[in-house]
Amino acid sequence: MAEAHAPVRARAHGARSWWRILRSSPRTAVGALLLLVISLAAVFADVVSPHPPNRQYLRDRLQPPSAQYLLGTDHLGRDVLSRIIHGGRVSLQVGFVAVGLALAVGGVMGLLAAFYGRWVDSVISGFVDVLLALPGFLLALAIVAALGPSLVNVMIAVGISFVPQFARITRSAVLQVIEMDYVTAAQAAGSRDPRIMFKHVVPNALSPIIVQVTLSLAGAILSAAGLSFLGLGAQPPTAEWGSMLNAARGFIRDAHWAVTFPGLAIVVTVLALNMVGDGLRDALDPRRMVDQP
Amino acid sequence: MVKYLLRRILLLFPVLLGVSVIVFGIMFLTPGDPAVLMLGENAPAEDLAALRERLGLNEPAHVQFGLWLSRVVRLDFGRSIRSGRPVTAEIRARLPATAELAVLATLLAIAVGVPLGVLSATRPNSVLDHLATVGAFTGLAMPVFWQGLIMILLFAVVLGWLPPSGRLGGWQYYVLPTITLGTSAIAAITRMTRATMLETLNQDYVRTARSKGVRQRSITYRHALRNALIPIVTVIGLQFGGLLSGAVLTETIFSWPGIGRLAVDSIRARDFPTVQGVVMVFALLYALVNLLTDLLYAYLDPRLKTRYS
Repeated sequence: MAEAHAPVRARAHGARSWWRILRSSPRTAVGALLLLVISLAAVFADVVSPHPPNRQYLRDRLQPPSAQYLLGTDHLGRDVLSRIIHGGRVSLQVGFVAVGLALAVGGVMGLLAAFYGRWVDSVISGFVDVLLALPGFLLALAIVAALGPSLVNVMIAVGISFVPQFARITRSAVLQVIEMDYVTAAQAAGSRDPRIMFKHVVPNALSPIIVQVTLSLAGAILSAAGLSFLGLGAQPPTAEWGSMLNAARGFIRDAHWAVTFPGLAIVVTVLALNMVGDGLRDALDPRRMVDQP
Repeated sequence: MVKYLLRRILLLFPVLLGVSVIVFGIMFLTPGDPAVLMLGENAPAEDLAALRERLGLNEPAHVQFGLWLSRVVRLDFGRSIRSGRPVTAEIRARLPATAELAVLATLLAIAVGVPLGVLSATRPNSVLDHLATVGAFTGLAMPVFWQGLIMILLFAVVLGWLPPSGRLGGWQYYVLPTITLGTSAIAAITRMTRATMLETLNQDYVRTARSKGVRQRSITYRHALRNALIPIVTVIGLQFGGLLSGAVLTETIFSWPGIGRLAVDSIRARDFPTVQGVVMVFALLYALVNLLTDLLYAYLDPRLKTRYS
């Protein structure tokens, strides 16, 4: 009983335990710091960008990095750094919306499957198996193909492609919690299903889901950038990392900086999210804590 | 074992049926009239009506799906809107190029990832271990399409060692696409091998072998690696899905004439029969590789064999 309640109690001192996670793992701390910088840059993009992202300085096309244009200019004379900063805003937005969608749909599916079992579980798990029959990116590609190229459709498509993962993880996490005595006690006391689900089950099943959210954000940003790179996502002149790469690849011989830096932005963002996700997994998984020296 | 095999194969059918419902549904719900797409905006009304009749577009959805599925099980996806050739012929012409690339990338990933993971696990916290970890994290974070462009920039534009694109003309053409496609799989396999090897090296039977005086080499490869192989094989199977996704982007960058590029070109041209065909073939390939992985898994883990026999 006492052990079963431990996660909830730990959450009561939320800030302190986050701090403990960051202090115990330098890798997680570096990832979190990078994420903070990227997020701040995205939020205050209009303030920190040296130039407007879509302003074309036509006399300064394909300029190498200099004091005026820190990361150079692209084939239309736009400042690469400013476009990367604004692109971060788009990428983070796409990531959050897509993962939010996947979490909402997949989480509810997993919760219902685990809570009600029987035919509900069979139907939902069958549907999840079908979605898993295609690799995520290809599923997203097929959905965007049908919906048509746009940033909103990319969010929907990438979101749907991450639904099965959330359904599975939520289902298995809830199945573990549901065995606990306090859930049986609540049921015996006559609590209604929604109350049991959201008051007792969900808070105690959150850890693996939080880890999945972090890692899925990285995956969603990669997928969305890939779709935009293929011309199926953000449309010109929107500054988005994938579509910046797509536009600049034709000029790779003359202006490698327009290709190099937007890609580096993706690498750093995804790397930071993976580092935080890995750190959280190690910190939140009690089995792993024992394994660690 | 036979029972397990049969069960596993039978399970393929409902899943593939589900995929076909989704593939059909996606294209069915897409705005736009397929007849207009095929014949063009200015086609005479009677031609459009005749084509709609011939394609069964006037039938209700479930009848259309039945008609479509009855052709799909005979591997008939109709004709490509773009080229007018049968979709199956288009796919068959390009499948070998994708298969080559996927197999080469998988082999590369195993050849690099497994030894690197073993070395990292046997020397934890060494310089090599840290380098491998950093490399694996970076490999997993690098978008395939950007890595491809950087490799072209470095090895084709700056150094001039390798051709930037194309396929026929010698081994040089295979180097950059194979490395590009294989990188994330190398990273994933390295990480998984390291983690499972660390776990098995801590097992009692390894300690027993060590205390019996078995040589370290033999412990690492015969005792530990063999038992660590099961999760590694699973990761290799899972990576194949990533390879199929990566193939779409890699083939686009290196002008590689495979089905990944066919998918992208068809989506851009709104050539829906081809898109449907390619997606179904991708799902089929993925299902077959997963089946193969599960069988290999059963072969490697004798406990599974006895449970189902």
